[in-house]
Amino acid sequence: MAAGSKKLIVALLLIVVCFGAAGGAQQRRIVSLVPALTEMLFAIGAGPQVVGVGSFDAFPPEVSKLPKVGALLDPDTERILSLRPTLVIIYGSQTSLQDQFARAGIGTYLYRHGGIATIFQTMRELGDTTGTRAQADRVVRDLESRLQAVRARVRDRPKPRVLLVIDRQPKTLRGIYASGGRGFLHEMLEIAGGRNVFADVDRESVQPSHETLIARAPEVIIELQAEGMIAPADAGGEKALWSTMSSLPAVRTGRVHVLTGQYLVVPGPRLAQAAETLARTLHAEAFR
Amino acid sequence: MNEAVALKPAHAIAPIRTRLAVTVLGFGTLAVVTCLIAPLVGSTHISLARAFDRSIPFAENVDAQIFFVARLPRVLSGALVGAALAAAGVVFQALLRNPLATPFTLGVSAGASLGAMLVIIFGLTVSVGPFSAVPLASFAGAAVATAIVYWLATPYRKAMSTAVLLLAGVTLNSFFSALIMFVQYVADFAQAYRAARWLMGDLDVGTFQPIVAALPLVVIAFALFALLPSALNVLSLGPDAAATRGVDVVKAQRIAFFSASLATSAAVSLAGPIGFVGIVVPHLVRLMVGVDHRIVLPASALFGAAFLVACDLGARTVLAPVEIPVGVVTALIGGPFFLWLLVRRS
Repeated sequence: MAAGSKKLIVALLLIVVCFGAAGGAQQRRIVSLVPALTEMLFAIGAGPQVVGVGSFDAFPPEVSKLPKVGALLDPDTERILSLRPTLVIIYGSQTSLQDQFARAGIGTYLYRHGGIATIFQTMRELGDTTGTRAQADRVVRDLESRLQAVRARVRDRPKPRVLLVIDRQPKTLRGIYASGGRGFLHEMLEIAGGRNVFADVDRESVQPSHETLIARAPEVIIELQAEGMIAPADAGGEKALWSTMSSLPAVRTGRVHVLTGQYLVVPGPRLAQAAETLARTLHAEAFR
Repeated sequence: MNEAVALKPAHAIAPIRTRLAVTVLGFGTLAVVTCLIAPLVGSTHISLARAFDRSIPFAENVDAQIFFVARLPRVLSGALVGAALAAAGVVFQALLRNPLATPFTLGVSAGASLGAMLVIIFGLTVSVGPFSAVPLASFAGAAVATAIVYWLATPYRKAMSTAVLLLAGVTLNSFFSALIMFVQYVADFAQAYRAARWLMGDLDVGTFQPIVAALPLVVIAFALFALLPSALNVLSLGPDAAATRGVDVVKAQRIAFFSASLATSAAVSLAGPIGFVGIVVPHLVRLMVGVDHRIVLPASALFGAAFLVACDLGARTVLAPVEIPVGVVTALIGGPFFLWLLVRRS
């Protein structure tokens, strides 16, 4: 009986200590202006700490209930302050905003754009900051193993030369932005068993001319579209635009794909899903 | 310089026809040579023999595709836009009697830009004939801006006041620019970026269709320009002086205003607002051939074509495969060159 109550007391103490740590030192009120980092917070279990999000935040669905406080160009400082945050996640270029919050005694976390390693690093750091490091580590390990699985699936397949289009003007092939040889999109493409035609360009994005596109002769063209950019009904017409460059191997073999979904372009915890989609698009036969 | 001219006996100055012929031949050769060389050079090496080899199917002929799909439309749109903007610059400078006037001074390009922004940002996809949505909207925006400025600055059957014209244009420019900023501000990232890119100008049209759409407008504008040179010579002295020399000031002003606005609208709808061509080229040409509009106008059109094609050649080759927006190149090359000529002359 005495031993039993002792155990109970120890257990209760442990619970108090744990909750005390979370509630006192690490339970935060977070405003995140960066959609990718908002996703990360929810993925690593820090979602309940989020009290405000950026104007473009759409995932996970929970964020639709949270106050929207602007974004890169139009952060609403008053609104943010009124939410009494203890941590504000902002873009690396928002240095004056950082100063402003520093004067108000509010901590900031600066978003850095980078490759997959940076994404994982960011998740771990957010885990440290929000007291959810253990779950952050789990999420990262899970993503790593999923990426590894994708890599293994397509390992023995021939790697086509791929043009990964991030953006362009609708209804015309003007203003094309493609992934260069740096950044998470490029890395995802390589994991998914494609060779980026602009792997040699050490930038995140390239604006290729028609001439460069023809000269680089991609065997597959993948266009990534965030939702709502192209109506699904127009996807066929958008694909047909490429036929003006009929010498492109991708056009001749009909390997032009328009993929739609926010998850494809957000450098966050859905990147493994995006890599899987890319791999299925490039190597359908490996997934039968 | 002027004294030297004045001291020469009158018969020493060649008649206008000879000067015109010599100038057009000189600048025409420059334009033609530039347009012939430009498609031969690019970020990729191509074999001309292969490009023109009819025995290879077009779909498999990479060299031919680079030549006919990538380079030729680009050079042609460069020539068309360069000629239109430079000639429009000459006409606006004479009409407004202001050496700082450009094709964009009266709000035509701001109107065009606003039209293009709205289409890019709200994702509208109307198209009429060979015009796709963005060129169509930018042309409509330019037409609206032109109409507003005209309505503001033209009293019924009286001569336009250049001061009112200039002020109305500058104000409209600021007003449209504010609207453009507002529209960009409420847009999302990708759209705002796309819109910003459009504002830098781009000649990589990829097909002949947009050129075919803009060409008739430019041709009409140039046909009207052909009526103007003598009137512009007198107009640049001021409307009163022009009237005493028997020029129908009201008519000349209106033709000048509409033709230059039309040329500018067509150019902007094809390639976005490419800056500096419309101000630098007319001045460079004047420094070379004098101020007579009968010579300056055709010379500027030809030199403008050569200048923009050459700038675009630089834009697409210097940092290949990365491209520099052509508007950046025109300003980078045109600015210092212009200053150098200015300093050398004074």
